[in-house]
Order: sequence, then structure tokens, then C-alpha cells
Amino acid sequence: MKRFDYSRPASVAEALAAWQPGSAWLGGGTNLVDLMKTGAVMPDRLIDLAGIPGLEDIEVSDDGSARIGALVRNSDLAHDPAFAAAFPMVAEAILAGASGQLRNAATVGGNLMQRTRCAYFTDPSSACNKRVPGSGCAAVGGVNGTHAVLGWSDSCIATNPSDFAVPLAALGAVVSVEGSDGRREIPFSEFHRLPGKTPEIDTALDPGELIVGLRLPAGAAAFRGHSRYLKLRDRTSYAFALVSAAAALRMEGDTIAEARLALGAVAAKPWRAAEAEALLAGQSPSPELFTRAAEAATGGATPSGDNDHKIELARRIAARALTLAAAGTPARMPALPASVHGDNAHA
Amino acid sequence: MSLSISLTVNGDRCDVDLDDPRVTLLDLLRERMALPGTKKGCDRGQCGACTVLVNGRRINSCLTLAVTLNGAEVTTIEGLAAGEDLHPVQTAFIEHDGFQCGYCTPGQIMSAVGLIAEGQAGDDAERIREGMSGNLCRCSAYHGITEAVQDAARRMASADERKSA
Repeated sequence: MKRFDYSRPASVAEALAAWQPGSAWLGGGTNLVDLMKTGAVMPDRLIDLAGIPGLEDIEVSDDGSARIGALVRNSDLAHDPAFAAAFPMVAEAILAGASGQLRNAATVGGNLMQRTRCAYFTDPSSACNKRVPGSGCAAVGGVNGTHAVLGWSDSCIATNPSDFAVPLAALGAVVSVEGSDGRREIPFSEFHRLPGKTPEIDTALDPGELIVGLRLPAGAAAFRGHSRYLKLRDRTSYAFALVSAAAALRMEGDTIAEARLALGAVAAKPWRAAEAEALLAGQSPSPELFTRAAEAATGGATPSGDNDHKIELARRIAARALTLAAAGTPARMPALPASVHGDNAHA
Repeated sequence: MSLSISLTVNGDRCDVDLDDPRVTLLDLLRERMALPGTKKGCDRGQCGACTVLVNGRRINSCLTLAVTLNGAEVTTIEGLAAGEDLHPVQTAFIEHDGFQCGYCTPGQIMSAVGLIAEGQAGDDAERIREGMSGNLCRCSAYHGITEAVQDAARRMASADERKSA
């Protein structure tokens, strides 16, 4: 690991003042410290955010909105009773990711800032346009069975690995950030970036800007009765998604008044499926409808390598997530992840 | 750059001067505090062998920079037993053969203690398997590990009931 300087500011203002090019914000460190060990990321200084008060609150309001401080630990958010009741698929997504140990350390802001798990990005001896702009992409033509099928470019075919970000995209979350020019809010759909010709830029954050919190807009809790996060992966637990889906329905009687759908692990950003959502609104749930919605959600998908299977998997998980959402949020949430053993195995 | 931290490890207050901010909690415990019970497996947060409790919560000590732990309370496998009396999770691992070679065992036990404290799994085998998935066992003693955690969770719950009765 390259040597770095360390500071621990006591306020957001102090943190922003401490930032200079080459700095990295330290939250839980679960991804950053790992990448520093391999040499994939080599900051000159770490600015530890843990000493900043006021960024650890979770507020759920009567209008169905929520505010989450950037330093809330992933496990604390997933197990907050009021939050998990209002946004069950967010809790389900968080608990589908990583391990108990990692979720205890990882922060909400850090989860959004985690880097791709593309093996070529992590390995400093491989060509990677995201890590070293202009160096090429070893994943193109390499081992790429888990790579992107939507929104990729010739310069980068990596995916965003976050589970948490998928239901946030579906619910239209807003990221609150602060920088030397003050505070601003970034809609979730604009927060993570597709690679284009500049895959080294993961997010809409300007250099030196800091995530201070997340907001779920008013009405986001209206989906609580019919929402699920489903994840397919190589192992039952503790693995990144091959594909995942967050599906939420606001039902009025037997009719879908409003639908939300986002796919995970298919692109460099969580993939909100607006066309599918429009197609679902005003309809009654049926297998045919959900199949059509899943088709629409994966419209334009093309393999970036040996990964055409992911397109069919994404269709199926979208349809399955919608089917389970229509059946209603299980009484005990979070439900267990897919398992051949569990009572809640999603059959 | 010299960085001083003060932390509590297994109940003992320690003042530590760190000459290098790169030192992880894992290396601090093993190399500088003579507490080698916490194991280094992958050193990447993937295997769980380095699991310890920080302020009562299980974390991977290999991904935790020591310099961030000023004021923290750390519990390692060495701090679990009360003298000669093993912690109920330690006893259960012995009774249920929750290990073979033993290398992952300190991490498994600390993770189980953390999981039981989180209160999400109870004695449900499937939820225990899910909750323990951050701890790999190369000998594949998972059956015994699951039984041990189930048994320990039951014993600790009934001990809590007796205390509150």
C-alpha cells in the first residue's frame, strides 16, 4: 500500500477545507482500503469522516419520505424498524449485499461510491480505462461473463456492484452533496454515470464534493406493501449480483396505480426501467404483463462479451420480482435471499 | 507523521503510537500487541478469519485502519472467556465440532458472538447460515458451526431469561 497522510476533521466544513487533489474520503473503508492494498487506488491522503457529527441520522416522515445521513452504517439502516417498514426493498437489498461484518462497517455514502468489481480494474497489472485513462480495456475480449449488457461502451464494460443503489434508483432517491460552492442535490438517475469515453468518472460528484446524505422523496413509502429486491448470484450468499431487480407496485384494488422497476449489475449504473414502469401503470397484474414489462426493461440490451445469458437472466429476474411484489411484501422482512434450504426460497 | 491513539482491547486501556497510518487493526493486534488469536486469512475482507468486535459490533479487522480507532473498545478471541470459563459460543463450538483445522475458528466465534448480539437470526438454521456467510471454513465444518451457533443462541437466550426473571 502506498503511504498516505491521514486527517480526521470534526465538521463538514473542516473536511471540505482539508480536501485537495489526490485526497480520498474515508467512510467505512471496506472497499477503499481493499483497493489501496492491491494498488488499484493510491490516494495521497485519507480524510476520515467518522469524526463528523450529524451525519448518522435516519428520519422517516409521515409523507412517506426519508432522510438518511451519509455515515449511517448499512446494517443500521437495514435494521431500523421504521425505515425497513416503510422501504422494505431497500432493507432487503442492503441485506442481500456483502457480509454481516462488512455491512456493520460500510456507510450509506460509501456504498454509493464503491467501485466496480471488474477484476481488471482491481488488478493494477491489467489494462483498464477506468483506473488508468487511455490504457485500454482488458475486459473486452477477456473474462467478461459478468459484465455489462446495457449502457456499456468500447472503453469500459464494467458494472456497478451495489445492491442498495438498485431500489434507490427505483424509488427516485436524491443524493445530497456539499462542496466548496455549497450544497446541491443530485437526482439518483444522474448520480452514477455510463462510461462513454470517460469511464474513469464514476459519478456526478465534482472533485472535492462530499455526500452528506440521501433523501427518498414524499410518497416513496407508498410502495411498502408490494415491493421486493431479488438477486441472482453464483452463491446463495456473500457474492455480487449476476443480475438483480427492485420491483415496487402501488396497488389500488387489483390495479397497478404506479410501478417502479430497476435492474442491478447490468450496467455501470442501476438501470431504471421507465418504459416498463409506464407499461405497467393502470394494468392488472398477470404473467403476460410482467413478461412484457421485463422485455421492455431489457430493451436495447446487447452482450459485451461472453455474457448474453445475463440478458435472459435479467428478463427473468425482472418478471419474478414483479410477480413477488404483486403477491405482497412478506410479513417477515427482510426475507432470506434465494436459497434451496429456506422456507422463503423464491419459488 | 506520528499518530497516537488510545483504545481499549479486551478491557485493557492501551495507548498506541502509530508511526504509519497504514497499520490495520489486524496487524496492530497480531504484530504489536501480542494477540495472535485473530487470524490473517485473505487480508481482503473476504474470508472473515480476522473478525473482531469493535464497540460490540463484528467487523473485519483487516480492512480497519488502526488510526481510525481512537476511543474504540475492541474485543478479540482472547478476551471472550472469563478466566477459565469459556464463553457459551466457545463451549458450543467444542461440543458441536464446529471446526477441523481451527484456523478460521477465532473469526467464526467472534462473528457468531456478533451475530447473536445483533438478534436477527435467533436459532433459525437458515438465518444463521446467511448471517455467518462472511466467514469461510476451508475444512467445511459448516454443519457443526451452524449447530454450535444455534445451540449457543438458545443457551444465551435462556440465560438472559433467567437473569431477567
